[in-house]
Amino acid sequence: MSGMTGKQRRMLRRILVGALLFAAAALLTAWLPRVLFLIPYLVVGYPVLRRAGENLLHGQVFDENFLMTVATVGAILIGEYPEAVFVMLFYQVGELFESIAVGKSRRSIASLLEIRPDAATVERSGELIEVEPAEVQVGETIVIRPGERVPLDGVVLEGSSSLNTAALTGESLPRDVAAGDPVISGCINESGLLRVRVSRDYAGSTVARILELIEHSAARKARTETFITRFARVYTPAVVAAALVLGIVPPLFSGEWSVWIHRALTFLVISCPCALVISVPLSYFGGMGAASRRGILIKGSNFLETLADCGIAVFDKTGTLTYGTFSVTDVCPAVGDAETLLELAACAECYSEHPVSRAVREAYGKYIDRTRVQNVREIAGQGVTAWVDGRMIAAGNAALMASCGVEYAMPDLDGTVIHVAADGQYLGYLAAADRPKPESGAAIAALRKEGVRHTVMLSGDRLSTAQRIGAELGMDEVYAELLPGDKVAQIEDILKAAGPRERLLYAGDGINDAPVLSRADVGVAMGALGSDAAIEAADVVLMDDDPGKLADAIRIARRTRRIVRQNIVFALGVKFLVLLLGAMGHAGMWLAVFADVGVSVLAILNAMRTMRNHK
Amino acid sequence: MKKTFRMEDLECANCAAKMEKRIAKLSGVNSVSISFLTQTMILDAEDARFEEILGEAARICRKVEPDCRILV
Repeated sequence: MSGMTGKQRRMLRRILVGALLFAAAALLTAWLPRVLFLIPYLVVGYPVLRRAGENLLHGQVFDENFLMTVATVGAILIGEYPEAVFVMLFYQVGELFESIAVGKSRRSIASLLEIRPDAATVERSGELIEVEPAEVQVGETIVIRPGERVPLDGVVLEGSSSLNTAALTGESLPRDVAAGDPVISGCINESGLLRVRVSRDYAGSTVARILELIEHSAARKARTETFITRFARVYTPAVVAAALVLGIVPPLFSGEWSVWIHRALTFLVISCPCALVISVPLSYFGGMGAASRRGILIKGSNFLETLADCGIAVFDKTGTLTYGTFSVTDVCPAVGDAETLLELAACAECYSEHPVSRAVREAYGKYIDRTRVQNVREIAGQGVTAWVDGRMIAAGNAALMASCGVEYAMPDLDGTVIHVAADGQYLGYLAAADRPKPESGAAIAALRKEGVRHTVMLSGDRLSTAQRIGAELGMDEVYAELLPGDKVAQIEDILKAAGPRERLLYAGDGINDAPVLSRADVGVAMGALGSDAAIEAADVVLMDDDPGKLADAIRIARRTRRIVRQNIVFALGVKFLVLLLGAMGHAGMWLAVFADVGVSVLAILNAMRTMRNHK
Repeated sequence: MKKTFRMEDLECANCAAKMEKRIAKLSGVNSVSISFLTQTMILDAEDARFEEILGEAARICRKVEPDCRILV
């Protein structure tokens, strides 16, 4: 069999030889003494017996090897030879299956970690040297050939290419980069040779942070996980105690010692809680793995558990549901044509870094000859005045028009209005606004389908603007004109109105909403690719800025929870049923060993379903 | 100081839970987390006695699972 480790292969050989000897002993038992069964028993059970002995020396009593040994040795002592061999054989088969299944899921988890770059090619004194990514300093130049993984975060100096970000974001469309663009470690360079100036050392690079996050996520355990660990601690001693009582008390009255001891031994076989102890953490890990393949990083299984209970989703507006940048939505000339109005405004604002000015230049879209523009004055909170082609242009808000003594129109619309006047004459206005992302509406609808009852939008923007966007996206509630500090208070209020088991999710861009991210039950930072602050503050990190991923995260969380519950109910149900049947004498050790390892294997196989990545 | 260690031949999930519980009880240990799935231990302990605590942790692991090693 391929994919097995040496240890597993040795185990398989031992089982096969043992099974053959068992069959032989069963055939010959008519003529030869039953002691013959001890040969297959020792062949198959030797590792278990040795371990049990070793552990006993270390003072480990309730260890599964020890319990299995007591159960089978007990069976031999009361003359149940074939049963003892079978139990040992099946136990070993189960252990082997378990080890293969766990190995397989470990490997698929490891495949998530394949974004780790092996080497970086760095330019040093005119030569190209291949080094460990950790040895490269900030400011050095690295070369990334097509097919290679970007080893460190940086900025492209030369060359153009398309980058495959699928391993990071789950997005299959490649991203085009050219000189001046930032590149993120972990992506794969698909087409062209790139020369990149390193902007962050390896430890600070995106890839190292993501890996650290995945590796550390195991430390934050879900409540169900800690519950199972605690339960396991009680379960084994309780079942062993029950076995003792069963083996001693009834025969004191009835005198049928071997019958009751047999039943007690059956109990010992079922006393290991392995099915739960392995499958529950494995389910959560699988769920987080499936999420990270879609570009959703979850910082611990506790957050995965909380996500499944989210009934309220609160969003920051700007940058989360909207692009967070302005674009010109209207050009309304009062005099002359729209093109001239836009040109004059763009020229006047050609030096300004205000987001609205940038939007105006972008809308104009043509080259601006700055020699046409002189005496630029930026008036904070009002706008810009400048000489353009010898004319005095004023571009700004109503206050600027008033201070220039220009009569202006009062358009009834949302967003920011830029009035333009030339030599004191009103020319018309431009309007600029932030637009919702095209995915936002569908994202809200998808959340509702996943059982989110209430959606809220918080915004620092004007009420009318926020309300328009909120209505467009189908939000239940909109709170606007909030300062960053008000958002926490608003979240507190919303939490007060939440149901007892209902959890609140907050999604923001992570730039200045760290307190809100940590106050919410689950804080989600969006578009976090390359932003340190967001990765620190949030519980869940969306690598790209598609709000639609939130519904995916909740769906994965719910699915994981369903599988965890199935496993708990199934494993405990079978175990208690077999305990009950065993106590009444209807279940032999044959069935008991199935209830032990058989259930473990089935639960592990079920847990592995969480890793699958479909809708 | 918080450090991550790889573990070798950690074969039983219940054992990992046992090790975690006992190591957490050692004096000087702030927190410890052993993951059966990733085969790692994240140990957060006093700086001055870190090596000593790590040795102690390795002894506990061997006691619970004789084959198990902490790779340093």
